[in-house]
Amino acid sequence: MSAATGVVTTSPGGPAAVGAGALSAGRVAARPPLSVALRRHPRLVVGGALVVALLLVSVLAPALAPYSPTKVESSQALEAPSARHLMGTDDLGRDVFSRVLWGSRVSLSVGIISVGIGLVAGVTLGLVAGYFGGAVDLVAMRAIDALLAFPALLLAIAITAALGPKVQNAMIAIGIVAIPAYTRLTRGQVLSVREREFVTAARSLGAPAWRIILLHILPNIANALVVQATLSTAFAVLAEAALSFLGLGSQPPMPSWGQDIAYSQRYLANLKWWMSAGPGLAIFVAVFSFNFLGDALRDALDPRLRRSA
Amino acid sequence: MGQYVLRRLLLMVPVALLVSVISFTLLRLSPGDPVLVFAGEERDPATLTALRHELGLDRPMPVQYVAWLRRAVQGDFGRSIRTRQPVRQAIVERLPATLELGLAALAISISVALVVGTISAIKRNSAIDLVATGFTLAGVSLPGFFLGLSLILLFALVFRLLPPGGYVPFVEDPGGNLRRLILPAITIATGSLAVNMRQVRSAMIEVLHQDYIRTARAKGLSESAVIAGHALKNALIPVVTLVGLQVGAVIEGAIITETIYFWPGVGRLAVDSINGRDYPVVQAIVLVSALSFMASTLVVDLLYAWLDPRISYQDAGA
Repeated sequence: MSAATGVVTTSPGGPAAVGAGALSAGRVAARPPLSVALRRHPRLVVGGALVVALLLVSVLAPALAPYSPTKVESSQALEAPSARHLMGTDDLGRDVFSRVLWGSRVSLSVGIISVGIGLVAGVTLGLVAGYFGGAVDLVAMRAIDALLAFPALLLAIAITAALGPKVQNAMIAIGIVAIPAYTRLTRGQVLSVREREFVTAARSLGAPAWRIILLHILPNIANALVVQATLSTAFAVLAEAALSFLGLGSQPPMPSWGQDIAYSQRYLANLKWWMSAGPGLAIFVAVFSFNFLGDALRDALDPRLRRSA
Repeated sequence: MGQYVLRRLLLMVPVALLVSVISFTLLRLSPGDPVLVFAGEERDPATLTALRHELGLDRPMPVQYVAWLRRAVQGDFGRSIRTRQPVRQAIVERLPATLELGLAALAISISVALVVGTISAIKRNSAIDLVATGFTLAGVSLPGFFLGLSLILLFALVFRLLPPGGYVPFVEDPGGNLRRLILPAITIATGSLAVNMRQVRSAMIEVLHQDYIRTARAKGLSESAVIAGHALKNALIPVVTLVGLQVGAVIEGAIITETIYFWPGVGRLAVDSINGRDYPVVQAIVLVSALSFMASTLVVDLLYAWLDPRISYQDAGA
């Protein structure tokens, strides 16, 4: 397939030598040169710092939030942002800033868990379809085609509506929607790696299929998967916000960004802009951070795309 | 080429069937009982059983599916549970509003993307390029509903320049229609603008490195003739894909924006129907938008073959 493969195949030295050499080459190439990448790509550091900061905020939300996110304080209702309430208060006197901090927990946990679901299911399907081929591949890929035919957000909305409006169901729905990207990515890589010498060598040494898949094929697609996972976390956070905006995600009184923006709509005509500004900004920052990190990772880990950057 | 079209159409059949199975099962999984919704205040067990029988909900799932599919291929999606209106009529009535909004958004998005994307590709790393690239990253990260509400707040409530929402048909009041179109169209356009601008820019950069561009410059063509006559035409090919896919996804883009702006299109109908457990309507919208997306994918592939003679479909794999 590729030029490099052709060269190795025709080189003298016997199948054993080629196999061993290619085997170790495969292993070495599999390890992302992260420390090198960090030095060469300052954007990775920025993106990574943003994402780590987000994670810290959501873990430390109880300690960082100046007020309880659910405590009603009607004497302080609808206050504009001030030193006391950095992002103002809502109609029940709840502190918007504290709700934004707590809301990050919902967004990030939905983002991470749904991407986990999509990643595990999608990669497994892609590995199986690509490695075994034939009828398995045909059926699996038609199912993926069918999933891809649905507009992503509409499918996520329909699944969540079908399962019932709960945050767990939002995770499942967004996870299902994320599957096709991983399956296609994995299958494509497996097809191109499957016939390479180090896989043939492993197979001729009697390695079982699962061992070949886990030790020889999976490491080769790790970089691409990391990039995809980061970018789809951005989508997942956005989708979760949309679902809870429509009342299909987490339910009150637990704060969630999309739901708080939906709630703020009723005070829009009274120009209480801060009720939506805080959570809106938070969604933007979270999605931006994952997109930024994903882009930086792609430039750093995927040399094929570097020239267009 | 004819053979390729035929093969693509045949391949679409199993996928379309799977799509219909998914659309059908999805909403039958729902915890709520549609008969209770349909019956309204009626709670008499005998009446409910009769109603269940009348709606065919007492039959086995596969039988229900086949009956549903048989009617669906004829364009009969049953009646809305909430309004008793035929589902097909409900969708067809609202389609013009959605198409108007979607196409207006697409027109804004594509024209801005072409101009700004080309400029930022030609003047790489200039101030314009940096602002545009920064914007593309910001644009994809901004949730449509937050942007929508912010635009309403700013342009409708604070400056009072445009109406905050609503709809009047173009034939009745063209000015009023367009005034109400601007904000939702910009809201939808911003999301796709980021993607389109990035695509135009990188396609343009790629093309500008090609040999035929060097040849065009070498034979003394002015830079604008090189860009307009040689580069843009070739850079447009990948952009066609995106535009085609966005036409197919027009309903999806409209879901939340229509809800915010009270724009009476298919997207708003979808949200209202989901909230009202109106299964037949949701099923039909999900199915129709998936099929239209599949159709647009096919059209894009055919357009590709027509635009770029280098692409051959003689031995293209699945």
